[in-house]
Amino acid sequence: MDQIIGNIGLLFEFPVVNLKILLDGIMIGALFALAAYGLALVWGVMNVKNLAQGDFVIAGGYVAWTLDQNGIHPFLGIPVAFIVMWIIGWITYKLVIKRVIERDLFTSLLATFGLAIMFAQILNLMFGSDTQSIQLDMPTLYFADGFIDVPMSKLVGVVTALCLAFGVILFMKRSRMGQAIRATAQDARAARVLGIDTDKVYAFTFSLNSAICGAAGAIIVMAWVIQPFYGITYSIRAFVIVTAAGLGNLPGVIAAGLGIGALEQYGSHIFGIGYQQAIAVLLLLLVLFIRLLQQRRKRQVLQ
Amino acid sequence: MTKIIEVNNVSKSYGGVKANTDISIEVQQGGITGLIGPNGSGKTTLFNSIVGYHPIDSGSIRFEGKEISKMQVQDIARLGLLRTFQQTRIYGDMNCVENMLISMPHRKMTIREAFTTNTRADHDRAEHLLDFVGLYEKRFLRSGSLSFGQQKLLEFAMALMNEPTVLLLDEPTAGINPTLINGLIDRLKRANSEFGITLFIIEHNMRVIMNMADSIYCLAHGELLASGTPSEIQGDQRVVDAYLGAH
Amino acid sequence: MTILRPIFYLALLAFIVAAPFIAPEFRTQLATLWIFIILSMTWDMTGGQMGYNSLGNILFYGAGMYIAAVVGIAIVYNVGEYTNAAGGGIYKFTDTQYFLGMALGLVAAGVLCAGIAWILGYLLFGLRGPYFAIGTLGAAIAAGELVSNWEWVGGGQGIALPVYPGDDYENAKLFFYYLFAIVGVILFIFLRWFYSTRFAAAINAIRDDEEKAEAMGLHTLRYKLITWSIAAFFVGIAGGISGYQLIHFEPLETAFQTINLGIFMVVCVLLGGKGTLWGPIIGAILFHVVKEVTWNYLLGWQWVALGALIVITVVYFQDGLMGWLARVKPEWFGERVMEKPDMVAEPAE
Repeated sequence: MDQIIGNIGLLFEFPVVNLKILLDGIMIGALFALAAYGLALVWGVMNVKNLAQGDFVIAGGYVAWTLDQNGIHPFLGIPVAFIVMWIIGWITYKLVIKRVIERDLFTSLLATFGLAIMFAQILNLMFGSDTQSIQLDMPTLYFADGFIDVPMSKLVGVVTALCLAFGVILFMKRSRMGQAIRATAQDARAARVLGIDTDKVYAFTFSLNSAICGAAGAIIVMAWVIQPFYGITYSIRAFVIVTAAGLGNLPGVIAAGLGIGALEQYGSHIFGIGYQQAIAVLLLLLVLFIRLLQQRRKRQVLQ
Repeated sequence: MTKIIEVNNVSKSYGGVKANTDISIEVQQGGITGLIGPNGSGKTTLFNSIVGYHPIDSGSIRFEGKEISKMQVQDIARLGLLRTFQQTRIYGDMNCVENMLISMPHRKMTIREAFTTNTRADHDRAEHLLDFVGLYEKRFLRSGSLSFGQQKLLEFAMALMNEPTVLLLDEPTAGINPTLINGLIDRLKRANSEFGITLFIIEHNMRVIMNMADSIYCLAHGELLASGTPSEIQGDQRVVDAYLGAH
Repeated sequence: MTILRPIFYLALLAFIVAAPFIAPEFRTQLATLWIFIILSMTWDMTGGQMGYNSLGNILFYGAGMYIAAVVGIAIVYNVGEYTNAAGGGIYKFTDTQYFLGMALGLVAAGVLCAGIAWILGYLLFGLRGPYFAIGTLGAAIAAGELVSNWEWVGGGQGIALPVYPGDDYENAKLFFYYLFAIVGVILFIFLRWFYSTRFAAAINAIRDDEEKAEAMGLHTLRYKLITWSIAAFFVGIAGGISGYQLIHFEPLETAFQTINLGIFMVVCVLLGGKGTLWGPIIGAILFHVVKEVTWNYLLGWQWVALGALIVITVVYFQDGLMGWLARVKPEWFGERVMEKPDMVAEPAE
């Protein structure tokens, strides 16, 4: 308890610490937002709530890590992870997701939960349960008398994530496929009547989501750490963000992503690093509860 | 006669569309009150406001003198204010008797009573009411396999099983075989007179509502257009115009 | 039919009593089977009968384990000091202390878990469908993480309980087998009655159309809370017994094992058939037997295979065995198409 009060006191004593925490939070939050954007896409278009989201992220990270082990520069790992995870996403869609789209929501949730367990266990068998990361040969920037340290690797990672997000958004707005995806999201039956091959749209959307997650993972492994069983917390974070922001609300997703990142950093600063996973999950309950109260005022429930 | 439902100056809009503007309505205890109006005039919106499906923008709704406009659906239903749905809602995977037994008035039960098995008398009552609406022969059929009209009758029987004080019926005759409508009117009237249930009915079919109701409200474009006895409404030029689209 | 039924149940009871002597080398596995059966049956109370698919019922299993252990220790020693010593030899329990502690612990586990379910239910039962599933999953994960940071109950190390008195290890195995069996049989008898009440009809109504159930004036929230609390009560006791059986347990892998037992119980129910009395039991037996038989042949790929089993069950065989039977032989399940005059108040199963 004393330690907690001490940690809070530190925030007021040295305001610059706040800045460091915020910066850290926003940088990791950008990557949460990327995974959440993918989830919102799949959720909105095909109404599948993908609990394997985080495991796609981790799998992408391991792709980049494997390349790095074989002497290939991690920056190249990002596009490779994108492509590899695209293929894995496509296979997953064809084998499993395709068969649960039309079913009730619990089915897809449970099926993707099963997938999440499978992915985590396969990664565990392939890479072992140690945490892994890639050491980049990059300097660390220092501000405010050394109080704030920003590793270049994180900065590069965030910028790459932003570029990727921008590219995907542009694609969704401009391309024919992007239009078809948005049309299917609004009304799949109408889209089918108008000659859109919705099965193809679904396959594409799911693969794209998986690829985005993979790229996010490849970025994460450069500046943070990954471990086979970290997937579920990334999934939960993605859920928190989408639930807080609502579907089809891009600025909301970004804001919620950054906010969650910052809150988590604050939480683990105050309560200790051991609580980081717990805080991520407790934020989910908090967000669900707030949404619940909002809906209750509208005499509605969250469904 | 006392007022059992009082709607005072209720307004409700969806986005920019005003579905109800400043509507005031009274439902008399023990009577049959009708609510008519062309499509899109805001009848179902008003119903939903009363039973608590959405918040209202302004105004007040009272049931037996108690303000209910801020309450949740199930709390309102537990006061004895029940509604049927325009698109019927029944438990499609169960048979008719099971549907009836599930509709037992749980609001009048204590937890101990809830943890008992249905008695012979409950079964008899369920079958009696199914007989009352003319579904006795079909009582062991999966209710989802019934026709739309029959499902409507079942929903009506379920509502009666629940022993409500007031029953709000959303277009009870829509989708029902025209030859059966007279029988249904008769049953609604009997539900009112024999079981003492106050009825508040949305109805499109003029002949039906004129035959049943003792007072009628007419909505058009979300506003209250006219109110009065059936004969007054029939003679009201504004109502005729609204229905013919001259408005 | 009416004469056969008591005979069937008596034979079943005799088999349950005799099982650990028929297959003495499998006593531990048989006890574990009871855990699966209890967890599946209680999961089905909300998942199958009420339509609320919880992914977090394991929370009560873990909480029960901790509560029973802490109470059992607390009647003799200071819990903080005890856990700090991590099961060091200076802490001795007499036979009376052991059994009294366990008995009190199990009662506390059941009652407190029911209380936790009641409080948690207030927060979570406003959530429908997938949100409820994710919310409960989140609650279970959070509980595990919080407990693993709580030094008073041993933190990540967990708790080491005293071993069963006496030197003969077989006695302990038998004891825990019968303890689980008693809870399981009581649960079964309870559910047989429970599913025949008006209350059960009401939770079925919630499952089939909650909005309609609300519009009919059911006390939906109250009924949901009661159902989940009863389920939590039994899960808590099962968790408490498991703690004493395992002797040593830790928070993330044993107590709040969200991705193992937490999901297995759902799969058991789906395999056997949701929303039936026997489905969860049959599913649990099927799942447990398949798991035990194939476990050693899968050479490290067991967990992957289990993940695959979940996916396959969910995608291809979600109605389960009972659902499949109900489709093939509807008349076995009392579905009547023809008008028959002999409808009496026979409780439906």
